This record gives sequence, structure tokens and C-alpha cells, in this order.
Amino acid sequence: MIDDDSKTEWAFESRCRARRTVVSSLTEDEELTEILKSYSSNKVTTTKYSFLSFIPKNLFEQLHRFANIYFIFLAALNFVPVVNAFQPEISIIPILLVLAVTAVKDLWEDYRKHKSDKFINGLVCEIYSRLIHSMYVDQRWQDVHVGDFVRLSCNEIIPADMLLLYSSDPHGVCYIETANLDGETNLKQRQVVRDLPRQVCENFHSRIECENPNNDLSRFRGFMEYPSKARVGLHNNNLLLRSCTIRNTETVIGIVVYAGHETKAMKNNNGPRYKRSKLERRLNVDVLWSVVLLVIMCLTAAIGHGLWLRNLKDTSFLIPDTTSPALSGFYLFWTMIIVLQVLIPISLYVSIEIVKLCQIFFIQNDVDFYNEYMDSRIQCRALNITEDLGQIQYVFSDKTGTLTENKMVFRRCTIAGVEYPHEENARRLEVYEEDEAMGCSHTLKSRASAKSLSCKSLSCNRSSVSLHTLTGHSEGEESPSPTLPRHSAFSSPMEKDIVPDPFLVQKLNCLSSPLFLLRDASMELTYIVDFFMALAICNTVVVSSPNQPRHVVRSTRFGLPRFSTLSSPHTTESPRSFTRRLFSRGKAASFTPSPSPTPTKLGTEPDGEPNLEASILSIRPGLDGVPGEDGDQGYEEEGEHELIYEAESPDEAALVHAARAYRCTLQGRSLERLLVELPGMGSLAVRLLHILPFDSSRKRMSVVVRHPLTNQVVVYTKGADSVIMDLAESPKGAEQSDGRQGHIREQTQKHLDNYAREGLRTLCIAKKVLEEEEYEIWLKRHAFAETSIENREELLLESAQRLETNLTLLGATGIVDRLQEEVPETIEALQRAGVKVWVLTGDKQETAINIACACKLLRTTDQLLTANCDSKEACKALLLELRAEVERGEAAEGTSGFTLVVDGRTLDFALQEDLKGDFLELSRRCRAVVCCRSTPLQKSHVVQLVRDQLRVMTLAIGDGANDVSMIQVADVGIGISGQEGMQAVMSSDFAISRFKHLRKLLLVHGHWCYTRLANMILYFFYKNVMYVNLLFWYQFFCGFSGSVMTNSWVLIFFNLLFTSAPPLLYGILDKDVSADTLIKLPELYKSGQNSKAYLPSTFWLTMLDALYQSLVCFFIPYFAYAGSDADMLSFGSPINASALLIILLHQVIESRTLTWLHVLVLVGSALFYFSFTLVFSVVCVTCSPPTNPLGVDKLQMSQPLFYGVCALTTVLALLPRYTHQQ
Amino acid sequence: MMASNYNAKEEDGHQPAAIGHGGAGTVKNKKPDNTAFKQQRLPAWQPILTAGTVLPAFFVIGLIFIPIGIGLFVTSNNIKELEIDYTGVDMSSPCYNCSQSYSWNSTKPCTCSVPFSLDQPFESNVFMYYGLSNFYQNHRRYVKSRDDSQLNGDKASLKSPSKECEPYRTSDEKPIAPCGAIANSLFNDTLELYYIDPNGSRTAIPLVKKGIAWWTDKHVKFRNPGGNDNLTVVFQGTSKPVNWRKSVYELDPSDPDNNGFINEDFIVWMRTAALPTFRKLYRIIHKKPNMTPTLPLGQYILEVTYNYPVRSFEGRKRMILSTMSWMGGKNPFLGIAYITVGSVCFFLGIVLLIIHHKYGNRNHSADIPS
Repeated sequence: MIDDDSKTEWAFESRCRARRTVVSSLTEDEELTEILKSYSSNKVTTTKYSFLSFIPKNLFEQLHRFANIYFIFLAALNFVPVVNAFQPEISIIPILLVLAVTAVKDLWEDYRKHKSDKFINGLVCEIYSRLIHSMYVDQRWQDVHVGDFVRLSCNEIIPADMLLLYSSDPHGVCYIETANLDGETNLKQRQVVRDLPRQVCENFHSRIECENPNNDLSRFRGFMEYPSKARVGLHNNNLLLRSCTIRNTETVIGIVVYAGHETKAMKNNNGPRYKRSKLERRLNVDVLWSVVLLVIMCLTAAIGHGLWLRNLKDTSFLIPDTTSPALSGFYLFWTMIIVLQVLIPISLYVSIEIVKLCQIFFIQNDVDFYNEYMDSRIQCRALNITEDLGQIQYVFSDKTGTLTENKMVFRRCTIAGVEYPHEENARRLEVYEEDEAMGCSHTLKSRASAKSLSCKSLSCNRSSVSLHTLTGHSEGEESPSPTLPRHSAFSSPMEKDIVPDPFLVQKLNCLSSPLFLLRDASMELTYIVDFFMALAICNTVVVSSPNQPRHVVRSTRFGLPRFSTLSSPHTTESPRSFTRRLFSRGKAASFTPSPSPTPTKLGTEPDGEPNLEASILSIRPGLDGVPGEDGDQGYEEEGEHELIYEAESPDEAALVHAARAYRCTLQGRSLERLLVELPGMGSLAVRLLHILPFDSSRKRMSVVVRHPLTNQVVVYTKGADSVIMDLAESPKGAEQSDGRQGHIREQTQKHLDNYAREGLRTLCIAKKVLEEEEYEIWLKRHAFAETSIENREELLLESAQRLETNLTLLGATGIVDRLQEEVPETIEALQRAGVKVWVLTGDKQETAINIACACKLLRTTDQLLTANCDSKEACKALLLELRAEVERGEAAEGTSGFTLVVDGRTLDFALQEDLKGDFLELSRRCRAVVCCRSTPLQKSHVVQLVRDQLRVMTLAIGDGANDVSMIQVADVGIGISGQEGMQAVMSSDFAISRFKHLRKLLLVHGHWCYTRLANMILYFFYKNVMYVNLLFWYQFFCGFSGSVMTNSWVLIFFNLLFTSAPPLLYGILDKDVSADTLIKLPELYKSGQNSKAYLPSTFWLTMLDALYQSLVCFFIPYFAYAGSDADMLSFGSPINASALLIILLHQVIESRTLTWLHVLVLVGSALFYFSFTLVFSVVCVTCSPPTNPLGVDKLQMSQPLFYGVCALTTVLALLPRYTHQQ
Repeated sequence: MMASNYNAKEEDGHQPAAIGHGGAGTVKNKKPDNTAFKQQRLPAWQPILTAGTVLPAFFVIGLIFIPIGIGLFVTSNNIKELEIDYTGVDMSSPCYNCSQSYSWNSTKPCTCSVPFSLDQPFESNVFMYYGLSNFYQNHRRYVKSRDDSQLNGDKASLKSPSKECEPYRTSDEKPIAPCGAIANSLFNDTLELYYIDPNGSRTAIPLVKKGIAWWTDKHVKFRNPGGNDNLTVVFQGTSKPVNWRKSVYELDPSDPDNNGFINEDFIVWMRTAALPTFRKLYRIIHKKPNMTPTLPLGQYILEVTYNYPVRSFEGRKRMILSTMSWMGGKNPFLGIAYITVGSVCFFLGIVLLIIHHKYGNRNHSADIPS
């Protein structure tokens, strides 16, 4: 790989002009020091503002918002003398207030960021310093620079992105946990730069060239040039990423290549998501209506003013004016805009933000969303779509990990066409299920242990884990695995303690028994051993042991087999020689045309024999060629229980555990070899040549190893049954082994179908033996793929596909994934609530249907429609046929509904432009749809199609990386924080821990949030229209001149202060129906789906009511004061007071709950208004010129007429609403 | 976001590990507090508006409003009020001539006498108003055209009045005191009342001109610059409003407490009326100490010095005599409105009661809102 580096580097250089050069910070070269200085330091500031820049920058940001521009426009308008309505300073108040509130909010958020920044920047790590005795000294993170050497110990957090130069591990390997970055708890291996001379720190003269900072976590390219001008490529697995944690490795040293904001972690640090909710879109329409209303009112006033002026003759009171009536009308239009500005509920936007924050506070604090096992609550990541939860019409759910536990437990397997039902194992699983259902007595304890895990200790041992596991065993505690989310993921006793099938054990025992001579049986035995071998090594599982300080079990000094409980004691020689023979024959069976190789021919095998001895010996340390292994610290003989497997996916762990149950134990893993214990053979070191990792397009993974016994290059492949079954057709060996392979394939397929019907997840295991030449050829091309910089990924994929052909099918496994608790109930509730539930899964059809039945998505009375077809034409015909069937079914009574099951291929056709209409039409009529065998991209396409074409509110829920695109596309994306890392959670709007939480989240919180917000918005419109109309009516009596009968301060404050708090409280706390009722009657959810609380008709009805109320509120005082000596403000005083009372009492009528908080706020608002006006009318002598309130309200409130008018107005105004509510 | 993660982890790290003792319940965790507030279980009064709660409310409102309305109506009816329009629109009207020869700056006063009679004696204090119609004292530009600091006695504002007063801010390069359109259009008719004795002799009725303005206006809001003495000196260098015939310090030379800015007629005028048809208090006729009515029934003459032109904008001028009650002046509207609303409530209550009785059962199940 390295040899090609010159070429690689050339490509690299030509492609990435923009790259960075990193050298040791100790360099004397001035020029290079300058370069280093140009890189950003490790000081992190996530704050938006600094102390000085806050005011200008915040203002600038806020002025970008449309609402604020409107405000400023109004304020500016008021400075134009011909149109000004109030004194200029008053018109600034609203904008100032809104800006101030927002600024305070921003400041608070920024301060919190600043505090955490300060904490992080102040963390300490060790940096090599030449100045101070040439040793490592403690430095704060913020003082770390590019080119510095950083030494880290176990469990320390990595301060910056650095290149791994040294690891205390003899293999040059270091383990990191990336939980802080992506939430994945499994350990990942990182490797010291290859061929690195021992030249750390002082004498590090290499130059590192790498690409410029970017946010791709999984990519890092560059090369390191040694002083000798030799170059070595750098890859992602040389890079330690900031904010990951060092695990299982005592000390590492690295050189910083990216620091601070240039680190990949920081580049990935995005802010919260922003979505616009349906209600808000609806709201914007009504805001536009308000604008229309405002323009109409202003136009009316403007025209009225023009006409009034024209009819007016010489006036003694009017200021002589040469302006034409038309022009004054035009001026007046703008004046009226200022006067009636409140009609546009600008403060509504701020209020909505506040209300949503509080709603989120309540959602997050709901005890029902608390998961005791994981000690986690619901996470609300999107802050502004709470009310969308109340309007969901379609739910798209992933299956694995969402509906099911994603706790994979090995259930049964088929090898070489023989099924092993594992009856005992099934019984055991039932017992677990019962146990789990019965008591949660363990839960407290397991939580405690989980706690103890997160306890950070520098000694870096995992005794706490082992303590837990051990007590768990001794007391027979079956704690569910999520209790240990971090360290021993996927390894609860339930998943570990697999009871072997007696029949299979018996067969395996033949390995150690001398009576193996039956040819067919031993042939089968080869398959069996290979099968378990594949289970054990075809994975990326990291093995660690709890007791050992070093954790990584490498190889054991005692090369003797410790395995003797099942097999009768034998000399090590006999089983080994047997196995040797067995394998040689196995190889012969698959490669040599000779149909019946016998053990006696073994010696003549040319390539197997000579290396045999070496491979057996290789298990001895010292001989396996890794330098430094010899001098390893002491090993202890370990009990098998103490191995901990950390897998990337739960399936892997389940299979490794299964293999272990059959004594085929994975004992350790290093970069180049695997240590496997085989029955009857003890520990074998298997040279690991390649891992071709899993990807979703190949749907399989492979390992290429040199077989320890035959020394052949063997490929073990594990993958989805559909792909493996296709690949396992071997045209090459067809004539010879077709009979047997064909039989195996036939049988296996039968068993697979059975498994799927049972709802098991199936995986197929296959192998392939490579000839040396064949391998050489492949290796060359693969090496090229690996080292190429341009489209490396595609080349690697291609290379893998080249290898994975002509496989020999070994067998298949069936893994149980149990349903989560209360899934059927939740789905039933959702369906009753009128939500259509779709299940999108990558599993095969039978499994999907089975799960759908189990979670009551599919009822027994449902008619099942299956759509599988191979061509577009067939698909089209099928869709039409199914639709006809549905129509027939709808006409005929009896079936409760239809469920459509579509497979991935058909889905591809159905999603095409000309068929999607038919597909939607069909699926719209079905109660549920199950899409199986679907890819992540298809999932998101389906969601998008339904969302856009049917114009419905969609929710997608999933837990894995394959659900991310679907989660992002849906209106509401929900991530399940479970076994599969955090990618789904990171891209979601809400993250819950169990599927059942969806029920309360939608039915209760969604309903509440929606009705609350909808009612609050309506109330806001009502309030503004009601109040503004009072001013409008007055225009008819003042010559449409834009006069107001209220003090301008009171006018401005009326909306901003006196009546702003109650609607907020209303939006936060109102409960139209209690939580219990909502849960019991999911049908109530339909009101939100149909937007019942906020229909256009509701809006206009509210407007009408507001109009009526304002008419009452204006004209009762008008008639009461008509012709009297009342001045403008005295006339306005009772109008204002009754408007306040009406608005507050209107809310009392509207709201369904009144708590002491409501009373407090309502009474407080009223008192605030009255005391404000009273004090103002006493204190304000010459203030607020045209509408000086001195003495007005004081006098008014001492008169009985005032109260008489207020009481009558209030009662009459509220009478219709009150009667209607009844 | 990542930043806060560190915090959380650190905190966790400090938690004592309680292993194997089942004492894990005491370990602090992320479990939300189970408080009534956070779980939204605050004790609440749910005003479920059922027939049981709504119907009584209707009846109670009805029962309260109808008596109040009757009371108001009776009170309003007991108030005696007399209005005399003296604009002089008709040829037959005594003031017709005066209204024709109108001009703001005519020097010759025009007087006219309007006879009227009272059918009923007016008891207690009688308030004398002048009323104007179609006069938009609430016009925005009119309302703005004043300088409150000048009226408050601020000497700086006296010399340079607020810009709002334009174009009545300066005259002949001298500041106008009081400035602005409101002051400029001060009502300047003089009204006098005479009682015609049955024997034909005229008795002037004493009209009190103090106490007609609000106390706060007279004592707080309006002040003469530098006290009430020597107004002539104080207002030196200012100009009178263009429409005025005399300067502000000549409004009531007889009484220093009623002169200048604190002249009550002026103050009353400056409080701009809410609606285009309005009345303003002009004089008070105090009740006599003996039992005789303040204004006995009989013949009267209203003597008008006709200065104020209203014909140009089709305005009307009225003189109003009225007694007062606790509810203010005569206004039957409020009483009638109260009675009406009370009756409507009562009626609604009965209708709903009937509905409730008829369909009572259905209502019970409908407490879940749709």
C-alpha cells in the first residue's frame, strides 16, 4: 500500500491544492513556524458575540427578521412629519421592547455557551515542552497548537484532531470511543502511522501534508514525509478525533494536525434544527389576511378623510392647509397604518417562541418519557414544531430497533442443509420474557451498575463492569442489556447464554472423538466447523476482558487448549491431526475435482502441508512475528465469562456469542490476527488479511483470512440471505458439487422461509477458498483501490464485489429480535387516532409480515395485498388489479381493512413518476402499508412522496443510520436512542427511548401543544382585531383624521404589557381534555389532524366575534357619552378599561383550565393596567403631548358612570361567546 | 451541544457508585421531578360550561341588570335639561342677523336675545353649557396643535412654543401665547341669563364662572409663567392668538386667579371634546340657600354676544341648562341598555333552560369538545 504512495501523493497533490502542512512545533525552521502559526489554535469559542460586538452584531442579526423590519418601518414612518401619529419616541417602544427581549434571550444563550467554552478551554492535557526540562507538562486545551505533541492516558478526552504517533500498545493500536461525537459506544481502533521510526517529539522531523479542515468524520487523507524523503499515506484510522475518549490503551502520543474550530468535531457541530410547522404556515396566511384587513381599514379611513375634507367648508378650527384632499387622504393612509399597526400581531411571533420553549420544557419533564434503564428522558432537538405532533396523519416506522428491541438473540441455525431448532434456547428465551414482564426488581440494581460504569477512573479498569456481570450471573439476574449502554453493549446474559442444540453439540463432539470416519458426516462436520469459524471471525467485534488492565486480549501464553468440558480428554495431538485432515479434505472437496478425497491423500496435498506446522506453531507468541509481543505484561488465565464483545451491530455480537456457545470462541483481535479457540484444537491464531466491511449496498461483509490449519486463503462472507443465495451459485464447481450444494441451498432456502415466517432475522454464511494466484491477482487490484485517493470508496466496493463470488453456502442463522413493550397497544392507539402506520424495513417480506402481525398492525380480519413484481409493466398491472380488489372489498362488507405489502423492487417501480399516482391511490385506501426490503433511499422517497403528493403531515421514526434520510425528510422526525448509535437521534427532531412513548407524545402532548398553540394564535388575532377596531370606529367621529381617544403610551402598552402575559399562560398551560381521556380515547386526536382548532372558518368566526365585541365596546360608551362634555381621553378611559376586561374575561371563557397561576396572571394584568393608568394620570403633567392623561383616569374612576358603562359593555360583549360556549 | 456533553459526563463522574446495595434509588439521575407543575397536574378549576353553571349566570345577570337599568332610567328622567339652539340659521331666529354678519375680526360686537320659558322649576345646582355641533375638536391635527409646557408656565416654551403649534406658533415674529389651533379657536360668545318676572322686569341670574374646570387642570396642568401677578409683564413680547380680540392676560382682568392661562373658560376649551357634537360647561347657577328653586318656572331671556362663527362649516351653537345626578347629565340610553341586556339574559336563560330540559340527556355526553 505504501509502495504506491508516490503515485498516490501525486494524485493527492494535483487534486487538493488547498492543503495544510504540519510539522513539529519544535522545529527551528522559521518559515514552517510561521505556517503553523497561521492555523487556528485550540481555543474554542462557540459564542456568537464578544463583549463589545454584542450590541451591533445582535442588532444586525435581529434586523434581518422580517417582523422587525416591519416594526422599524413603522417607527421610521412616524418620524415623517406629515404622517406621524404619535410622538416619535413612543413608536420606538415596540421595536425596542422586542429587540430587548430577543437580545436578552440571545445573551443568556450566549452566556451559557461561553461558560461551557471556558470550561472546555480550561481542561488540562499533557504537551511536550522543550522549554521546561524537555518533558510533558500540563497545558490547558486552549494552549494546544497545531504541531504540538500531546500525550494522553486512558479515559482522557482528546483535545484536538491529532495523528497517532505512538501507542503503548505493542501493535501500535489504540482504541477510542466516539460517543461524544456520534454517540456510538463501541470502541474503534486507531493505528499508529505505518513504518514510523521511533522518532517521537524531540527528533521528529517528518513533514505531514494533509487536506484542509473539513467536516467529514470518516475521511482523512494525507501523507507523512520522513526526513529520508520516504512518504507514507495517512488515513482515517491514523487520526484521533477531538472529543473522543481514549479507551483500553495506557498512553498515546500524537501530533496535532487540526485544532480548535478546524477539528472535525467542531466542524460537525451544527446548531439546532429549524423547521416551519404546519400551524405556522397557516398562521402566516392569516397574518396576510390581517395585512389585507389593515389595508382595507386604512384605505377606508383615507378615502373617508378625503371625502370629509372635500365636503368641509371654511373651518375655524382646522388649520389652514393647501394640501388637496386626495393628498391628505394619501398621507392619512400611512398615519392609519401606524395607528392600527397592532392589527398585525408581531408580538405573536415572539410569544409563539416563548410558548414553544415552555411546551418543550413540559415535554422534556414528562416522567412518562423517562427510561429507567437508560436513565434518559425525551430529547427535543427541534424547538419549533411541537404543535406538528398534534397533526400527524402518517407514521413511517422502521422495524428493527424501533418496533423491536434490537436485542439480537441467536435463536436457531441451519448448517449444510440441516436445521438445528435449538428447542432449549427457545425455552430459555421465553423464560427471559416472563422474567422481564414479571419484575423490575433488577432495574434498580442494574441502574446502579450502569451508574458505576460512567464513573470515570484513571486506573482504567473495568472492574465495575465485571462486578456487574458477575453478580448478574451469580444471582441469575437477567438485566436487560440497555442497562449497560456504554461498555458492554449488546451483551446482556440473555444474549450471551445461548443453550446449544444437543444434536449439533453431538456432531461437534465428533471432532474430538475418534469415530468420525463416516464420510458424509465428516463432510458435514467441515461445514459445521467452518460455519462457526465464520460466525466467530467474520465481524469487527472488539474483544476485551474486564479484569485485565490492558483489556485487549491478544494471545495467550498457554497455547494449550483449555477446552475440555465437553470433549473427553485427549492428547492434543489427536484432535488436531484430525482437524487438519478434516480441513484438508474440506478444501479438497471444494477445489479439487476429485470427488472423494480421503485422509490418506492428505500428505500429497501440495500447498496445504508445508505450512501446516508453522500455522500450528504460530499460536505460540514469539513466533507470530509481531515485534514486542514477547515482552508483554503478564497474562492471567482467564475464565471464558470474562470476555466482553463490543460489536458495531447487535447481530454481530449475537453471532459471536452463538459461536462461543459451541466452543468456537473469539478470544482476541489485533490488527493482523485473530485468536480463535476451536473445539478440540485450542487457541489458533488466524492471520487476518482483509476485512471488507459491511455496507448497505452490498448487504454483506467478508473477512479474508489465512486459515490456520490449511494455510489457505479463505474468504468468509456473512450477509443478507437474498444476496448470499445469489452469490452462492457456483458455475465453476457446478458439475462437481452441484448436487450437494444444490441440496444445501434448497434446504437452506426452505429453512430461511421458515425462519422468516417465525419473524426471525436471517443471515447467510458462506465461504470461499482462494487459490494463491487468484488471491495475488485480487490483492494487487485491491491494494490499488485502497491506496487510490480518488473514488477510493467505489474502487473498494468493486474490489469487494470481485472477491465475493462463487461462494460456498455454509448455512444460515435465525436471530430473534423481540417486540418492544406496548408496541401493539401503541400502534392500535395510533390507528384508532386516525394515523396511518407504515412500516418500512429492510427485512424480508415474511419477517416483515410476521412482525406486522405481532404488533397488531395487521389484524386477522385484514385482507393482505402483496405486491411483488419484476417489471414496471407488471407493477402497473398489479397496482390496478389490487386497486380493483380494494374497491371490490370496500363494496363488500366483512373485511376491516386492507394491508399492502410491497417489496423493495416493486417499490422502485411504484415510486417512478408515472406509477406513483396509482401507488398512492392504492396505499391511501389501505389501513397499513408494509414496505420490506427497502433501502434507506427508498424509505425517504416513500415519505417524501406521501408528504408531497397527499399533502399530509408525516412522522418518521427510526433508530439507525439507515433511517436518517427518512427522518430528515418527514415533517417530524423521531429518533430512538437505542442500540444503533446516535445517528438517527442526531438528525431527529425528537429523540425517545422506546416506541411506546410515541403514544403519549402524539396523543397527549401533540394534542395539547396543537390546541394550545392554535387557540393562543386565534386569541392573539382576536385580541388585536378587537382592540384595533375600537380605534377604527373612532375615526368615523373624528373626520377620519387618525386621532386616537387613548393616551399613546397606554395604546402601545395595551398589547405589549397589559394583555400579553395571559395568552402566554393560556398557550402553555391550557388543557382542553385531560391526559387520561386523551390516552383512553385516541379518537380525540383526529380533531388536531383535521386542524379542527384552527380552521379558516374558526379564524373568520373569531374575527367576527372580535368585530362584534369591538362594536359593543365602542358604541355603548359612545351612546353613554354622546353629547356630553366628555373630552377625548375621558371618553377613551371606559373604552380601554372595558376592552381590557373583555379581553381578559374572554380568555377565562375560552380556557378550559384555570389554575392559581391563571388567576394570578389575569388579576395581575388587570391590576397592572388600572394602577398604571391611575399613576400615570396623577404623575404625568406635561408628558406625551397630544394625549396628556393628567387627571383623566383618576377622575373617571371616581365616577359611577365609568363603572356602569364598563359593566354593561363587558357583559354585552361577552354574551354571544358565553352562550356559544354553552 | 458537544460542549455541554462534557459537563454532563463530569457530573456523572462524581456520583458515588452505589453498587449492589439496591440503594440506587438515591442516585441522582435524569428522571424528571414528579411535581404537579412539571407534570401539568396543577389543581385546576375547569370551567366546564354546563347547563348547571351557565343558566344561573344568565338569571343572576338578568336579575342584577334590570333593577340597575330601572334605577338609571328613573335617575335620568328626573334630570331636567333645556337646550336652546341660537345659531340663527332660520330667518325667524333672533340671532339670524348676527350669524350673517360674521367675521373673526369684526370689531363691532353683535348681540341677540333669545327668549325661552321653563315648564318646570330647576332645583339644586344648575349647570349652564354651551354646545357646538359638527365641530371636530378631535381632529388629529387640531388636537396636536398645542404646547402643554407653555400652558404649564414654562418660560422657555412661552418664548419659543412647540413646533406642533404651527402655523399658530408665531405672529409678527413674536411667539403666540397660548399657541396652537385649539387656543386660537377659543369659544368667545358671551351668554347671559335673565329671568323675566311676571311683572315684566328682567333679573339677571348670577352665573358663577369659577369651578367649571377640573381641579387638576386648574391647579396642576395650567399655570401662568412666574405666578399670577403682573401678567402683563410676563406676557410681554408675546403675541395674542390671531383670532383673539384680547390678549391672554386680559381674559379676566378682574380676578388674578382666573386670568391668563388659568382662566377657566380657557381651560375648559383646551380639554378637547371627544365627539364632534359636544357641550362644554360654561357657568354654574348655584342653588339658593332658601327653599326656592334655582330656576323657577317662567319666562327667561338668553342674551348672546355673538362672536363665534359656525355657519361656515354648518355648525350649530346651543345653550344648555341642566341639573346633575350621581350618574352625570341626562342620558336615558344607559338605563334602557341595562334593562335590555338584563332582559336578554333572562330570556336566554329561559330558552336555554327549555333546551336543556328537552335535550338534557344529550348534553351530558357532550362534555368532550369535538
